[in-house]
Amino acid sequence: MEQIKKEIQEKINNIQTLEELNNLKVEYLGKKGKITELNSKIKDIPNEEKKNYGMQVNEIRTLFNNLYNKCKEKIEEEVVNRRLESEAIDVTLPGTKVEVGAPHSLEKLIEELEELLMSMGYDVVEGPEVEKDLYNFELLNLPKGHPVRDAQDTFYIQDDEILLRSQTSPVQVRTMLENKEKTPIRIICPGKTYRRDEDDATHSHQFTQMEGLLVDENISLANLKATFDVIAQKLFGKTRQTRFRPSFYPFTEPSVELDISCFNCDGKGCPICKNTGWITVGGAGMVHPKVLDNCGYDPEKFTGFAFGFGIERLAMLKYGIKDIRTFYTPNDLRVLEQFKRKDSE
Amino acid sequence: MISLNWIKDYVNIDDVDPQVLADKITKAGINVEHVINQKIDNLVVGEITKCTPHPDSDHLHICEVNIGSETIQIICGASNVREGLKVITALPGAILPGNFTIKASKIRGVESNGMLCALFELGLEEKNEETYNKGITELPADAIVGSDPLEYLGLDDTLYELDLNPNRFDCNNHLSFAYEIGAILDRPVTMPNTKTHPIDEKNDVTIDIATENCYMYNAKVVKNITIKESPNFIKQRLLNAGMRPINNVVDISNYVMLEYGQPLHFFDKSKLGSHIKVRMANDNEEIITLDNQKRILNKEDIVITDGNKPVCIAGVMGGLNTEVDENTKEIVIESAIFNPYNVRYTSLNLNLRSEASLRYEKGLNYEYCHLAIERACHLLEKYAGGQVLSGTTTYDNMDKKEKNITVTKKQINALLGMHLTNEEIEEQLRKLNFPYQKEKDTYHVSVPPRRLDIGNYPADIIEEIGRLYGYDTIKAELPVLPTKKGTYAPKTKFRKDISKHMRNLGLNEVRTYTLISEEENKEFNNNPDNSIHLLRPLIKERSVIRTTIIPSLLKSINYNISRKNTDIMLYEIANVYDKDYYEETKLAFAIHGDYIHSTWQNQNKEIDYYLTKGLIENLLDYLGLNNRYTFRLSDNLPKEVHPRVNSEIIIDNEVVGYIGKVHPIVSKYNIYVGELSLDKLYAKKVRPIKFKELNKYPVIGKDLAFIVDNKVTSDEIIKVIKKSGGKLLTNIQVFDVYHGEKLKDNEKSIAFHLTFEDNSKTLTDEEINILFNKIINDVTTKCHAVLRDN
Repeated sequence: MEQIKKEIQEKINNIQTLEELNNLKVEYLGKKGKITELNSKIKDIPNEEKKNYGMQVNEIRTLFNNLYNKCKEKIEEEVVNRRLESEAIDVTLPGTKVEVGAPHSLEKLIEELEELLMSMGYDVVEGPEVEKDLYNFELLNLPKGHPVRDAQDTFYIQDDEILLRSQTSPVQVRTMLENKEKTPIRIICPGKTYRRDEDDATHSHQFTQMEGLLVDENISLANLKATFDVIAQKLFGKTRQTRFRPSFYPFTEPSVELDISCFNCDGKGCPICKNTGWITVGGAGMVHPKVLDNCGYDPEKFTGFAFGFGIERLAMLKYGIKDIRTFYTPNDLRVLEQFKRKDSE
Repeated sequence: MISLNWIKDYVNIDDVDPQVLADKITKAGINVEHVINQKIDNLVVGEITKCTPHPDSDHLHICEVNIGSETIQIICGASNVREGLKVITALPGAILPGNFTIKASKIRGVESNGMLCALFELGLEEKNEETYNKGITELPADAIVGSDPLEYLGLDDTLYELDLNPNRFDCNNHLSFAYEIGAILDRPVTMPNTKTHPIDEKNDVTIDIATENCYMYNAKVVKNITIKESPNFIKQRLLNAGMRPINNVVDISNYVMLEYGQPLHFFDKSKLGSHIKVRMANDNEEIITLDNQKRILNKEDIVITDGNKPVCIAGVMGGLNTEVDENTKEIVIESAIFNPYNVRYTSLNLNLRSEASLRYEKGLNYEYCHLAIERACHLLEKYAGGQVLSGTTTYDNMDKKEKNITVTKKQINALLGMHLTNEEIEEQLRKLNFPYQKEKDTYHVSVPPRRLDIGNYPADIIEEIGRLYGYDTIKAELPVLPTKKGTYAPKTKFRKDISKHMRNLGLNEVRTYTLISEEENKEFNNNPDNSIHLLRPLIKERSVIRTTIIPSLLKSINYNISRKNTDIMLYEIANVYDKDYYEETKLAFAIHGDYIHSTWQNQNKEIDYYLTKGLIENLLDYLGLNNRYTFRLSDNLPKEVHPRVNSEIIIDNEVVGYIGKVHPIVSKYNIYVGELSLDKLYAKKVRPIKFKELNKYPVIGKDLAFIVDNKVTSDEIIKVIKKSGGKLLTNIQVFDVYHGEKLKDNEKSIAFHLTFEDNSKTLTDEEINILFNKIINDVTTKCHAVLRDN
């Protein structure tokens, strides 16, 4: 018995491959294996020694199994290691990128504003670019022949009737008119707008506006100010201060210009703010009672504010773009791809 | 342009710094864009004590100039330079317009320590042949040597360049602007002197107003006028306002206009006669205007006539036939108000916009209409030696209804979100010079007629109070409203989802112009007559509203190729419009280059038709439309699309768009384009996602290949297989297409992998074989195919 034990140990130590190991298993545990044979001899053992004999054979079997398992594990591990070694690569070679596309810079900014304002309960509404004079001007307190229309020289399609909208305000009119129950309104309307301007670095015949409208009871200029604060701080940093400057729009009364403290110099004065410390980013005001009335809202009961931003202007300020034409032409990939990534919060 | 020296005639601002004042005015809503200080440092009155010719020049002179503290030597090239002349001397350090700094230097070897100046060199006079020929400015003998010459000449003015909001156009007039300053500084406004000394002779002009578009007409007569140069202050003030002085009479009419905002017109009475009739013009009626142009009128234009022929286009320009010239002795002054819409129409129609017509168009204050004519007479007496005839011929059909607005303290504070006291409200009204009556917290405010911009609503008064009090005191306060989350309009959400999916597929979003040229309108467009053309485009490149986005995208692709950018994948979603104003939202794309870039592994995937198709299939699958779309070669597509490499995209039997390769004649590059109607996609109803249990029973796969004619499409075979395979055939996949030596030239082999399954039991070999044989039979007969058995 001891001889066999020694023999097993020696043989296992010399084994290199799984095949040799399996052969060894057959040699000892196969049908004619040495251990199998020892086991079958038990019937020839006198009864009183049977128990002892059996224990010894079992001991050998256990020994074999233990050594076998250990050896198998070792060999398998070596096989895996060799395979891994053979699969080594240069991990510094370039990766295969499946590229995703970039949103347009204007879209990126619009969505940033939409996300903010939707969280404040504003619905996003859109309207047609080919619009009626009625909605673009008349119901907004800009009757035909009104000199204020000069400032918005418009592309007409059908004189006095159909035009390419010069502002997104007609969406406000449409929304108020379509709301038959005359319930409070909280909307923003982003969209394309057009004016007869010659294209240069700061003018574009096509541009993008986003207007907001809130109509409810007891709405004040102080509410507008707070809303503007939230927008300005989201777009241009938490430390932005805001300012109202009296202005004029036919569809708001009072009307104000929306200024932010310069994000570049923090109000100290620099070329971006033309040394004033302030930058005008939009226009706003309390909805003109005439407009409310035109759209079926009782100005005695309802008040509201409206605000509007030129998205190109905001994008130019926020991203540092110098030429407004960059947004539309020639769409160089190297420009587009700069807006692929997530912006910092 | 506002002259502060002029403003000082009406309101005291001597103690206020012009820049500080400008800031206050801007803060109150009247934008002072630039403060222009005409004062120039280092200018002194000098006296030429000696003047000798320059040895090396035939026109330069060496002058000894006494500037009070010393005598300096200056070289001067002006023709009128001479001994004894008092002149404007710019000393070293003086900065003249154009940032031209005077320095001591040598001119042709002779020392020169300054410059003797003409007014135009100081930016105080227009530079033209006449002023140039006059040479340096000759100061009167009483100018004090060593003193400031601009102060002496009254030219040390400060100008405000305004950027006015359209409602406050009246602030272009000095009197209105003075009222603004009066309100801001809380100071009284003194009206201009309108006192005249009428002679005993009576004004004999009769007027006949035959149109309701003339609201007010005043006429006065001044005789024995002497046409000459205007006094300096008038000339200077006109120049500062950007108007060229002509002569005292013409200048006075402009001066009064800049003062009151009321344009005046002067007729030569000897040419006009004594009767005026105002009427609408007849169609095709003609008049030669002051600029010597023949104008053809129509019945929307208002004309002033002598009872017969037109002598003036109302509000726009006078006629040559009654022009005031150097021989004019007696004039008729017109001060009138016309329907602003007509004046606007006429000035636009004749393309004749002037300072006067701009003012008529905005509407005029009837009070000033009366005052302006008196003021003109006052000035004509004073500066043209005129004699004013007694009496004014007047027509007055002006709507003078006083604007009375009632507003409460509560309304004011509610709208502004402020907490003004009664005292504060009253202070603003007083500063504005708006009379009011008070009943407890209610104010009945009457709006002076000079404030035409103010409407009939309490908000109009509230704005005035607010802007004057200052918005910087408003405390920000978010509105207290029910909390809700805003949403996108459903179609907007749909568009955004698709846009994002296109980006996930690797395409970059662009925005190109809606307006295109006639030529572009014909590209990728089978129906160019269906587009909207603008009535008055600015340039022909932007004259048509596009009905397809593809040409604009292709331009961007070509630009990028020319800039050596590679792998260019662009898409745009935009609204297009047809000539019936029907709006459609379209998704267009144009792609070129490698879809996947892996150069060093030699595994680039170049964009081809199938990849393009795959992108769109991917999008349609995302939209839940799988199994509902087919791609079919089309011969209806625009001529710029490859006739053999394209397909219409069909969903539920409706064509929703197309994809294709750009025709090789249009581009030598492999560019693929496509355009889909988002409206049509949006209209497709899609079932909600419902989970399907996986089949517990085995799935059986079988492969087979057919040899068919090249013209037979895989789709045709798949259709037959699908029909024969029935419900148990759950998937068909093309896994090989082969052309080559074992086949004839017009043949191909297509191999399919078929999947069979039954989710109620295990399929037997027999069942499968029956189906399989049926499929083989049907395909061989219906598609003239041969089973490939190897």
